[in-house]
Amino acid sequence: MAPRAAARLETLGFGQVHEYRGGKLDWMAAGLPTEGENSLHARAGDAARKDVPICSLTDRLGDVRDRVKAAGWDAALAVDGEGVVLGLLRSKELAKDPDLRIEQAMRPGPSTFRPYVSLHEMAHFMEEHDLESSPVTTSDGKLVGLLYRADAVRLGMPPK
Amino acid sequence: MSSPIDRDQLQNLVAQGAQLLEVLPADEYREDHLPGARSIPLSQIDRESAAALDANRAVIVYCWDMA
Repeated sequence: MAPRAAARLETLGFGQVHEYRGGKLDWMAAGLPTEGENSLHARAGDAARKDVPICSLTDRLGDVRDRVKAAGWDAALAVDGEGVVLGLLRSKELAKDPDLRIEQAMRPGPSTFRPYVSLHEMAHFMEEHDLESSPVTTSDGKLVGLLYRADAVRLGMPPK
Repeated sequence: MSSPIDRDQLQNLVAQGAQLLEVLPADEYREDHLPGARSIPLSQIDRESAAALDANRAVIVYCWDMA
């Protein structure tokens, strides 16, 4: 659609026309702000906790667990040097042998969600699938934050 | 001929004064659009509607994705 629009504008005398190939999907998946009716509603990226502890694949599990607990968390995310999510550690994974490396203990390749998904939708999905928390990432896999079901339900579902 | 750009290039061009144009149907624009974007659905682009744009400045068109 954008190439045809660009071509049409050129026929109308516009000399500097560019096509944003990624489009609105790419923009929103990067967690960037939008305008419009939906921008008034909370989304996954708004409620995801940005201060979730992170660690690398080669960290020792016991060290990460101590750091996570000291910070008052019950989960952590393993990321690479670019912030791309590689694994998730919830309570179950954090309770494993402290001498394991993170890559041996983590839940690899966790399901992730894009920041633009509405909290209402997230709340229903997380309840249906019994997810206590879910990583929110950009389309290129970079961590935005960890969304807790309790936050999604509190902010995304009207009180009964 | 128009040129394809990515998100970083878009942000640079907008900072330099480029105009953003969403060409999706108007109801999709109402729901969500890039900050500062105008709406002219593809089927409505003609000399009259395009007059709302400045032909002397760069225009960045976009839709939902690569389609």
